[in-house]
Formats: sequence, structure tokens, C-alpha cells
Amino acid sequence: MGSLQSSPSHPDYVDLAEKTGFSLEQISILHKRFKQLSHNEDKLRREHLDQITDLQANPIREQIVEAFFDKRNFYQDIEEPVNEINFENFLEVMSNFRPPSDNLSEEQLVKVRKEKLRFLFNMHDTDKDGTITLEEYRHVVEELLSYYEALENETARGIADAAMLEVASITRGHMEPDEFYEGITFEHFLKLLEGFEIESRMSIRFMNMDTTTL
Amino acid sequence: MAGLGSGTSPRLAGFVSLSLLVFVAVISASPDNVDGANETLRRPSGDSLEDSHHHPRNSTEHRKAFPVLAFNYEHVSKPFVISLWILLALLMKLGFHLIPRVSHVVPESCLLIFVGLLVGGVIKAMNQTPPVLDTKLFFLYLLPPIILDAGYFLPIRAFTENMGTILVFAVVGTLWNAFFIGGMMFAVCQIEAAQVGHVDLLSCLLFGSIISAVDPVAVLAVFEEIHINELLHILVFGESLLNDAVTVVLYHLFEEFAHEGTVTVGDALLGVVSFFVVSVGGIMVGVIFGILGAFTSRFTSHSRVIEPLFVFLYSYMAYLSAEVFHLSGIMSLIACGVIMRPYVEANISHKSYTTIKYFLKMWSSVSETLIFIFLGVSTVEGPHNWNWIFVIFTLILCLLSRVLGVVGLTFIINKFRIIKLTKKDQFIVAYGGLRGAIAFSLGFLLTDTEKKDMFLTAIITVIFFTVFVQGMTIRPLVELLAVKKKKESKASINEEIHTQFLDHLLTGIEDICGHYGHHHWKDKLNRFNKTYVKKWLIAGDRSTEPQLISFYNKMEMKEAMMLVESGSAAKLPSLASTASLQNAQQRAPPKQRAIPSISKTREQEIRKMLRANLQKTRQRLRSYSRHDLFSDPFEDNMSEIRFRKQRVQMERRMSHYLTVPANRQETPSVRKVWFEPEHKVYTYDESESPRDGAAPETSPDSVSLLSESSQRPGQSSRMKKRGDAEQGARAPDNQEEQQKLSRCFSDPGPKEEEEGEG
Repeated sequence: MGSLQSSPSHPDYVDLAEKTGFSLEQISILHKRFKQLSHNEDKLRREHLDQITDLQANPIREQIVEAFFDKRNFYQDIEEPVNEINFENFLEVMSNFRPPSDNLSEEQLVKVRKEKLRFLFNMHDTDKDGTITLEEYRHVVEELLSYYEALENETARGIADAAMLEVASITRGHMEPDEFYEGITFEHFLKLLEGFEIESRMSIRFMNMDTTTL
Repeated sequence: MAGLGSGTSPRLAGFVSLSLLVFVAVISASPDNVDGANETLRRPSGDSLEDSHHHPRNSTEHRKAFPVLAFNYEHVSKPFVISLWILLALLMKLGFHLIPRVSHVVPESCLLIFVGLLVGGVIKAMNQTPPVLDTKLFFLYLLPPIILDAGYFLPIRAFTENMGTILVFAVVGTLWNAFFIGGMMFAVCQIEAAQVGHVDLLSCLLFGSIISAVDPVAVLAVFEEIHINELLHILVFGESLLNDAVTVVLYHLFEEFAHEGTVTVGDALLGVVSFFVVSVGGIMVGVIFGILGAFTSRFTSHSRVIEPLFVFLYSYMAYLSAEVFHLSGIMSLIACGVIMRPYVEANISHKSYTTIKYFLKMWSSVSETLIFIFLGVSTVEGPHNWNWIFVIFTLILCLLSRVLGVVGLTFIINKFRIIKLTKKDQFIVAYGGLRGAIAFSLGFLLTDTEKKDMFLTAIITVIFFTVFVQGMTIRPLVELLAVKKKKESKASINEEIHTQFLDHLLTGIEDICGHYGHHHWKDKLNRFNKTYVKKWLIAGDRSTEPQLISFYNKMEMKEAMMLVESGSAAKLPSLASTASLQNAQQRAPPKQRAIPSISKTREQEIRKMLRANLQKTRQRLRSYSRHDLFSDPFEDNMSEIRFRKQRVQMERRMSHYLTVPANRQETPSVRKVWFEPEHKVYTYDESESPRDGAAPETSPDSVSLLSESSQRPGQSSRMKKRGDAEQGARAPDNQEEQQKLSRCFSDPGPKEEEEGEG
């Protein structure tokens, strides 16, 4: 870690550290990476992210890239469409993957869980209407399965259907004959992934980052 | 026995089995000779048998009558005795479960040791020599099945996620234990009052290395009954498996040097090198045999019956080959099982998979039982050299070093973990460090008789203490400390989807950060596996089956099979016309649409595909515990037949009614599906999809539907009742099935004209 200046002189860093919860060191590393990705410009665009070779092989690449340009993930309000983001927005998105710090109280842990699940929810809800419809969920499953070449459309649909129905049965339980299940709302999504322990699973260790890879 | 009074029968059964056990043991002990090359047994009454043999020969000059009935025990004595012992061990196991109160408090291992003590006592009282837990017998025959069972069903995800922690505990922890105990015991031995001044440092270190290793057999036996959460289970269990390499190296090292008397620096360095050779070498041997096994299974499609044998034999060969070179046999066995499993399971038939699973559980169960009983018997046999100070201090030091080791290591490890280990976790890990038969056998192997007896006594005391005291108290402690228990596996398809989604998401984020982390390498390994390895080791086109699809295909297959078997194939063509109408709806129709177009060949395909993939899903649904092999709905033929009969009945009843069924009422019974994990996986798809399919239709037709449902309350309530009665929620599937089909009929019945799909 000797390559980093141990006392970053950016006053913004302190600001950002407070907002996002990263340490000054981590922010400095991420800034380096941001500059690397954006070729030293101030704003990052989609094409920059598309240039990452390793990301090409990822089946949900689109959703990941979109997540960085999704205004719901930013703290301040930015008008749509978002075509370029600055470092602060980049950090805001990254902060969803911070592991929860050790001494969090119960409510704080719940809050962290909610935030992470909110991020996931936004990733699925591509038309931004607040519910994950069957079409959107199907899209998710199809993307996941596109990882393997042998894909049959109907199987993917079937899986998505089954999953939706499972959600319906968990959250709505007994439904009247005339009701039908429109889509997964955020509350349902929370309930669905209750036992999933997302606060620990959706984390990346931000130490030892190698900024020389691109 | 069950017919007797409720209170007395378990006790009576226990008493009967106990007396049977003792009786059998006495019989087996008197003509002597137990398994293995055991020279410690004498044959006092064997002579009398020989006499009876000689008699006929001596008296051949008198023409004797043709012996109608002869007694020739010698001929079969060895297998006879072996079988008797095994039978006795298993009867005891049965007996315990008939005494419910005891089996709740006392873990099985304790009871078995206790029985062994009794048997040993009885045999000794008759002045016979009881059989001792022979080292060769233990290491070559009794230990491998247990380890293979554990390795084959090892939960890979949990294991690899915690690999670092496990390795640190196994290697550093065991080293710390060995040196701490060895060193401190040497200090203790210097105490005048102990009169053990003749024990030198190296012998103490040897003793320390024997007793420091956590024993997988004991850990498995105790932990399986308390059902703690997966993390703790895998930590302690993984540690007990991986510390074998350390134990092997230390043991051989110190044993060599105990004879030499001195250790040079060069020797110590060689020891370190030897550790790497032993562990890595063991793993390599396991990997080679694993790949061989996987490759062989690719060609077994024509001789399904011998498939399980390949798994067992390759694994056993891996173990033996490693032992030849003094490498770590346990690690080799684990590596072989882990490598072999994904490919073998993709290749072998469903029945072979079941056979492997059951045989492994069976053998490991027998082995474990025998080990504990023999431990008890060997304890009685002795020879013992009880030295108060030595034994007491050993016990105290074992506990102390374990606690210190765990706490100290956790402090360091927690800096690198995302999910930190809490104090409760540390306590369980420390408390779960049980010693067992491996320590005993290694002690038995010692050649220096003078110290050997004293060491053995101390080892046995520690084993007894850990198994009895720690084993018995760990369950109430777990309750008391409210340690997280094992999560009831719900096999939710949403969780499955999200697990995979998260994997890819985290890999992507890592790529964006430029951080080559855990996920990045896992992803690379998966891709390598997919493109190259699977093509070689898996037969046919199963190599491209994704995990999510196999998870789901099981249900589709089941449904397809049921449709076909209940003879509804004739109705299928009519679905095609309605299918197009359903298509027009905005909410896409369920996969039922796919079913009409299923041709015979497709069925075969599905069947084949699913048979191959059933195991994949199984591995995630099943626990790896020996004690809970639930009856599998797929193997349960009786329920299948029952189900089929029901379907036929339902079908007949339903064929008059064609309606968009009041599907919603199925929901309560669908929820019932959640109670049993296996059934859940089995059923929920069928119950779910029609609802989805029904969804579009009910909205426009809601009015008519309501009237419909009011018209047939009797029918639906009958169906509901049937759903309630049916334990596995199969009837709702039945009904759903029927409704799906009938819904699609285009020729309406007498009343329900408006419900038709038109």
C-alpha cells in the first residue's frame, strides 16, 4: 500500500468519505481507478465501462453498466437520461458493495440490508415504475441463462414464471379469484429475500486493489 | 416389542438388546479371533474345538456313521465373528433409539462407548481377551468410509468460502496445540512428584502431536445431532479433516527423532518441506484418482449396475495410494470425492446416485458405531499406567491450548473476514474440538512400551472427557447461548436465481474496480470448467446444462411424466388451438403451453436430461448429515401410485367441468407445500404455473368466474379437503393439473359455456 499518499490532500475526499462511508484510502484508490477508466476525464460514460475486457464475458453486463447510470442510485436528483457520471456518483454506486462495519446496531443492519436490496431491486426494475413485472423478471432469468449456450426460451420463461408465483405465494398468500399479481413491489422483494443474508453476501473487500489492470 | 406397554417397551427393548449384545460378545470372544491381524488375542478354548476334530480322524479304524450333523466352527470363525460384532453394534444403535429419553440427552457416541465398556468388562470378567482396536483395522477399514462419506457430500460453497479460516485453524492451530501441549507437558514431567522424569522433550512433543488433532469422527458424531448453523459446522469439521496432514507430518517427524534423540535445524526444515509434500501430494493423488473416476463414469452408460463401485473403488485406491507414500490419506480421499462428484453425478443414472448415497451413509454409520464400541472395549483391556499428575495436566493443557489457540487465531482471522466470528462462534469452535479414535490409534502405534502405556491412558482419558463431557453438554450450551441453528433449506427458486445473479454482479463489480478478488477467480474457474473440463469428463450433451435449468427441469419432467402416465396424451393436441389464444394475452402464458407440443421423443429427452440432473438439485437440497436421510418423494413409489390413482379419479370427475377454475383457492394448499423441503421442490411448479396462466384469464372473466365458483362450492371444497388430506400437497397439483387440462378443452360441458377459452 506504499504507493498511496497516506494523507490525501483533497478536501473533497473528506466530504465523500462522510457521505459514502469509505475510508480516505479507499476513496483515493477508487479515484485512481475512475481516472483510469475515464481516460483522465472528469466524467465517466457508458463506453468507458464497455471497454473493460473482463466485463464482456459477464451475462448481466448490461444491467451492471446501467446501474451506474441509474438516477435512483444517486443521492441527489439528476435528470434523466444520465449519460455521464462524475466521481461522486461512481462512489455512491460503489458504496452499495461496502461490507457492513463491525459495530452496527440491529436497526443499522436492517437499514444496510434495505439499501443493498434496493440497489438490486433497481437493477431488476428496468422501466423504473417501482415494480418488477413478469417481463422484467423473465429478462433477468434469460440473461442469467445466456451464460450457457444451450438455452430454450420456454425453459427460461418457465423458471421466471415459477419464481413469480413463488413470490406471489409468499407475499400475497391467499388471493381472491379476481385478483392477479401485477409485479413484485419493493416490500415483497424484501420479504422474498429475507433469509438471504445479503449484507454479507453483497460485499467486496476494497483493500489490495490492483489499479494496473485494464 | 411395540405391542407391549408404552412405558416399558423401550426399556425392555433396550434391556433385551443389551443382553443380546453381551451374549453375542461373549460367544465371539471365547472362540477368540477378531478381525484383522490381531496377535493379542489368545485362543483358549480353540483347543477344545480342535479335539473334536481329531476325534473322528482318530477313530477312523472304527467305521463311524456318516455324520448327519457336524459342528465345524473353525471353518467360519473369522467371518462369523466379524459379522457378529457388526450385528451387535447395529443392534445397539437400534436399541438407543427405542429409549427416547436417553438419546436426547446423551449423544450416540457416548452410549456406544459405554456399551463397549460394558462388553469389554464382561469379556474381561470371563478371563478372555477382548479384541482391541487394531491400528491397521482402524486406518484401513474403519476410517475410509467415514471420510469418504464426509468428503463426497461436503458442501463446496461453504467450504471454499471459508477455506482460509479453516486452513489457519487446521495448520496453525494444530501446530500451536502440539507444541504448547508438548512443551508444557515436558515442564510438568520435570516435577519431582510425578515420577515421570524419564520422559524426554521429544517424547512429550510426540505425545503433544498425537493428542492435539481434532478428530473428524467424533466431531461428525456429535455435531450432526445438534444441527448448528452451516458456518460453524464447516469450520470445525473442515479443520478436523485438514489437520490430518499436520498430524501425519508431526507424528512421523517426532517418532523418527524420538529414536534419534536430537533434532537439528536441518531436520526441522525438512519437516516443513515434508508438510508441504504430504498435504499437496495427498491432494494431487486424490485429484488424479478423482479425474480417473470421472472419466470412467463417462463410459458407463451401458453397465449402470457397476457405476457405484467405480466411485467407491477409485476413492479407496486414492486413499491407499496416498498411504503408500506416507502422504495424507484423508486429504487424498477428500480431494478425490470433491473432484469426482460433479462429473460423476452428471454421468451416472439416478439409481446409481441413490445407491452411492445410501451405501456411503451405511458404511460410515457402521464404521462409526464399530469405532466407538471398540474404543470402549479397548479401554477396558488396557494396559494402563495411570499417573495422576500426567493425566490431569494433559487434560487441563488440552483445554487451555484449544481455547487460547482459537481465540488468538480468530483475532487475526477476523481482520480478513467479511463475516466476523463472534465470541459465541469462537466458543463453539473451541468447545467442539473433540478428540477421538485417531488419537487413540496413533498412540497405539507407538513402539516404546514404557511410555506408551502412560500415553495411552492419558489419551483415552482425554478422549473420554471430550466425548462424554463436551459431547453431552454441547447441546444444552448451544441452546443456552442461542447459537444460530441450521437454516431449514427452503429451496426457493428466487434465492437460487439471486445467488447466481449476485455471483455475476460481484464479478462484474470486481472487474470494474480492477480488483482480482475471490469472485473473479471463481468465475474464471467456472468458465474454464465449462469450456474444457466438462467436455472431457461428462458424456454427451449434459455438459452444457446450466444449474438453474436443472433445478427447474426436475419439476417439468415430473409433470411431463405424470401427464404421459395418466394417459392424457390424447388430449394434448386440442391444447394447441387454445394455446394460440392464450398467447394473445399480454401476460405470457405458463409453460403449460409447452406441454401440448411434447412429442414422445421430447419426453424421452426430458426424462434423460432430468435423470441426469436430478442429482444436481439433490446436492443442494440435501443435508450431508448421516442422520436425516428423508424419504425421497421421487423414490417413494407408493405415493406415486397413490397419486396416479387420484389423478385418474380427479380426471373423471373433472371431465364434466371445464372451466377456468377458481384457481386462487389453491393458494392455501400451495402454502402447505412449504412444510417439507423435498415436496416443496417437487410440487410448487405445478401449482404455480397454472395460476400464472389463470391470471390473464381471470381478469376479464372475473365476473363469470365468481359465479362459477359459487356454483360449484361443493366441488371446490371437496377438492380442498382432498388437498388437506394429502400429505404432500399432491392433490392440489392434481387438481391444478386437471384444471389446466380441462380449462383448455374447447368443447365445453353442459353448464360452463362461458368459461371456455373462447
